[in-house]
Amino acid sequence: MAETAATLPKPLGGRTRALAWLQRYGVYASVLALLLFNVAFTPHFLEVANFRTQLIQVAPIVIVSLGMALVIGTEGIDLSVGSVMALSSAMVVLYLGYGAPVAIVAALAAGAVVGAGGGALVAYAGVQPIVATLALLVGIRGLANVLVPQLTEFRNPTLITLGSRSVLGLPLVVIVAAVLTAVVAFVVKRTIFGRQLVAVGGNRAAAKLSGLPVRRILVAVYVLSGLLAAVAGVLATARLQASDPTSLGLLMELSAITAVVVGGTPLTGGRVRVLGTVMGALLIQLLQATLIKHNLPQSWTQMVQAVIILAAVYAARGRKK
Amino acid sequence: MTATVETAAASPARGERASQIVQHHGALMVLAATVLIGGIAFDSFATPQNAANIAVSSSFVAIIAIGMTFVIISGGIDLSVGSSFVLAGVLAAYGSRYGVLVALLLPLAVCGTIGLVQGLIIARTGMAPFIVTLAGLLGMRGLMLAVSGEGANTYLVEDDAFAALGQASLFDLTVPVYITLGLFAAGAVLLQRTGFGQSVYAIGGNEEAAALMGVPVARVKTLVYAVSGLLAGLAGALNAARLSSGVTILGSGLELDVIAAVVIGGTLLTGGAGGLTGTMAGVLLLGVIQSLINQVGTLTSSFQQVVSGAFLALVVVVQRVLHRAQRLS
Amino acid sequence: MPVSFGTPLEAQRAGISTVYQEVNLVPQMSVAHNLLLGREPRGRFGVIDVGRLNTRAAGLVAGLGLRLDVRRPLRSLGMGAQQMVALARAVSIDARVVIMDEPTSALEPREVDTLFGVIARLRSGGIAVVYVSHRLEELYRICDRVTVLRDGRVAHTGPLRELERVRLIALMLGRDTADVRLRGQTEFTGEHSARTGQPVVEARALSRRHQLHDVSIRVRPGEVVGLGGLLGAGRSETAKAIAGALPFDGGAVVVAGQPLRKGSPAAAIRAGASLLPEDRKAEGIVPTMSVRDNIALAALPRLSRAGVVSEARVDRVVEALMKRLRIKATSPHQKVSELSGGNQQKVLLARSLATGAKVLLLDEPTRGIDVGAKAEVQALIDELAAEGLGVLLISSDLEELVEGSDRVVVLRDGAVVGELSGDEVTEEAIMSAIAEGGTGDG
Repeated sequence: MAETAATLPKPLGGRTRALAWLQRYGVYASVLALLLFNVAFTPHFLEVANFRTQLIQVAPIVIVSLGMALVIGTEGIDLSVGSVMALSSAMVVLYLGYGAPVAIVAALAAGAVVGAGGGALVAYAGVQPIVATLALLVGIRGLANVLVPQLTEFRNPTLITLGSRSVLGLPLVVIVAAVLTAVVAFVVKRTIFGRQLVAVGGNRAAAKLSGLPVRRILVAVYVLSGLLAAVAGVLATARLQASDPTSLGLLMELSAITAVVVGGTPLTGGRVRVLGTVMGALLIQLLQATLIKHNLPQSWTQMVQAVIILAAVYAARGRKK
Repeated sequence: MTATVETAAASPARGERASQIVQHHGALMVLAATVLIGGIAFDSFATPQNAANIAVSSSFVAIIAIGMTFVIISGGIDLSVGSSFVLAGVLAAYGSRYGVLVALLLPLAVCGTIGLVQGLIIARTGMAPFIVTLAGLLGMRGLMLAVSGEGANTYLVEDDAFAALGQASLFDLTVPVYITLGLFAAGAVLLQRTGFGQSVYAIGGNEEAAALMGVPVARVKTLVYAVSGLLAGLAGALNAARLSSGVTILGSGLELDVIAAVVIGGTLLTGGAGGLTGTMAGVLLLGVIQSLINQVGTLTSSFQQVVSGAFLALVVVVQRVLHRAQRLS
Repeated sequence: MPVSFGTPLEAQRAGISTVYQEVNLVPQMSVAHNLLLGREPRGRFGVIDVGRLNTRAAGLVAGLGLRLDVRRPLRSLGMGAQQMVALARAVSIDARVVIMDEPTSALEPREVDTLFGVIARLRSGGIAVVYVSHRLEELYRICDRVTVLRDGRVAHTGPLRELERVRLIALMLGRDTADVRLRGQTEFTGEHSARTGQPVVEARALSRRHQLHDVSIRVRPGEVVGLGGLLGAGRSETAKAIAGALPFDGGAVVVAGQPLRKGSPAAAIRAGASLLPEDRKAEGIVPTMSVRDNIALAALPRLSRAGVVSEARVDRVVEALMKRLRIKATSPHQKVSELSGGNQQKVLLARSLATGAKVLLLDEPTRGIDVGAKAEVQALIDELAAEGLGVLLISSDLEELVEGSDRVVVLRDGAVVGELSGDEVTEEAIMSAIAEGGTGDG
């Protein structure tokens, strides 16, 4: 029997190669270009205060996007992250009476439980990820609102520290995001779980045949996504010294998906780019800041973001074919 | 039983029949039960006035849900309808200064065109509907902000004829309710009784087979998103007429209510099955639940979200179970 | 006049309709809508007239001598009835030639009878039928002439009645020598236990509805057991059932003396049975991962401590296996999708070996790879067996099966119809087992 042509390495066309490069490094190039642009044209851009602000604002997006990247790596999607942020924020308020540690643990546990629910729907009931997490998006946001119906302010020294203190000049929020990035990168690169989740996304049938516990892996991935969203919710709550479940994390799923996709993780799964995801989040943040600094309206950010998503997915698709 | 006499395996199991009935009419049955319970529990629930309120407040979601049903039956999804709804409201209110015709046509043209473009991208590039319409969601939200001076300007409806489209009523029901009924009837005929409708089912059921059978797949897919955009635009325009202004903050997350209603109505997200009757039952069910929660008084309206989320999860799980049962039998 | 069609639609317009192996209709739609999709009768206002739609569809179905309710959704029918609907649609488009691709692969015997009744009707109505099948009984029942294709070439064309069954099999398997003779049935039914030692894997009376009937196979350490038979005889299903990848209704799998939990590939791999799937792309490689990660995939639990992968151990194992199996890649970090088919196959073999497999279940290990790689893979199989591994070898290549196997178990229609060992393992014996063994009921 003849060698099948499809299995031979194909010579890449110029266009395909360009798309491949764009998918992998486009986000780095874009971030770099934006930085250079700002250095040249934005007054006060290079000041420390500005960098602090940018990093503090991007931290929650980074944390949520990390979980989203894991989920997308398994060819899934998690629309519930914004609602989980709201729920975790509500939990902080509810349990603050028992002290900040209890409140934080309760908030994180809530995130993990929601993630487990979504994961179970996906892995055991066989529901499409987009619907399963859509149900959670709607229901969990409602639950958060039921638990804490209006904006509730509080003063708690531990949470103030968490939200506003800096260590060695770096805000704690940013440090948490950096540490979590390192942890997730380690999990993806170095642990069994990381390899296995990528295999599940890359070829589920092969993963099953190779004896991987596919269902457990899927549940775990959604649990992690819920957990990370809860962390972001707690940090945001600590920073605001208030809980507002109606608006906290609203549309966060869109930012997170954008960051992940722009960062070079394909929606078809099988690969997780942790650093690219962080860069994707930075890109969104920088874009927004740049437009604001140059008196261009918010509306531009969203329209540009739309174009970027389409371009990123188109690049990924061009590479596939 | 009229199964083939020759093929023994062709006779349907009774369980399968039952599961099909649940699939097709589950939402209607739950709706009936909910109304019954509501009527017994609350004196002020089963009144004509309350029924009219439910109909009026559900009509906007219903109009969008008609388009979404087409999209989902074709195997796709449209996340952009919420943004489309808001954008259309702003455009309609803005356009009303030039008369009722502009107030109506401007939003329809813009939203219909954007829907068409989304459809073209989906049909021609093979990119996932979910991501294309997600970009559409963001893009239209941006466009809406741009049109409304970053959300600072609230345009007031300045044309009485246009305002009447949203507010005039007959037998306690406002114009949008009658428009919804008309669209529902037209949509049902389009879906069930035309080649276009059959093509939508065929593409959602088995795209490859549909292409082999001569269905113009790309054209039908494109049209489905154009229709969805058009209907979302219409709903937004009517809502602006009702409120007498183009409100910029409403409608975020509306796409989720709409998708939830369609799925609860028995339309499968995998495509190929479902219908408008179920969708209407799903929309009304969500409306009735909202009304019941208002009746209780002590519950906030956020409770409705919890219930619809739980309902959605329950429905998709039941659908999966039914699907497996059908495959096994 | 020679023609060439760009799309199936063009062929349809020329009067050629095809009924595919997988029914290519829309399962959720009703029978009538499927039959007349795109040609629905219109009533007032151009709206589909459902009454006439159903009547016309019922007419089409009745025209083939069938009785079924055309209003029911297609998927509520049995596979046979669905196949008939596809056929009815094909015929109704003014077809003069109907091509049927393995139409009976999912049918019950009774449904096959109905199908053949329909085919007879078509034939008497002046419609030509091209019937693609590997089921010999069916060919002999309904076909006038036969064309044998092998490796994309016409191996034979002629009237079927004059063709001896063994000769047909010989043509199909590429052994078209004139001296193929039928051997007595008794010679291959005997029990042979040439090798000693406990079987490393034993399948006991595996059964699965429509697919496997009491299949029993044992493989001893160092032994290569061939699994012979035509396409669809249940060879892949047997291998998958043993590997835990296909649930079975009855029977048991024992690996190294331990009964396996059924339906768990993980349990099979832990016990030492590893499957090399037939469809390398769909079930084998993870295209987004590197050669290295693909090789280590199934063995990760052995190569890790506390959930953290020991990169040094992975590197060692991967390096050793790449060298041993002579895998050609620019580096272990090259993406597996960039390798040639033969090297991808070796990567999968390496994946199995990395798990510490005691028995390899190889499903068509040399299919679709070039000649050089094929020889290499065959040599590797020999080497591995010599090192004491048990091998279950599935191959449609008779030469490979005969030369590679110590014993050959022949399957037909999901049942064992012969077992050959020692000198009995010849191409002729395998072919006659396929032709004559078993009950002969397709």
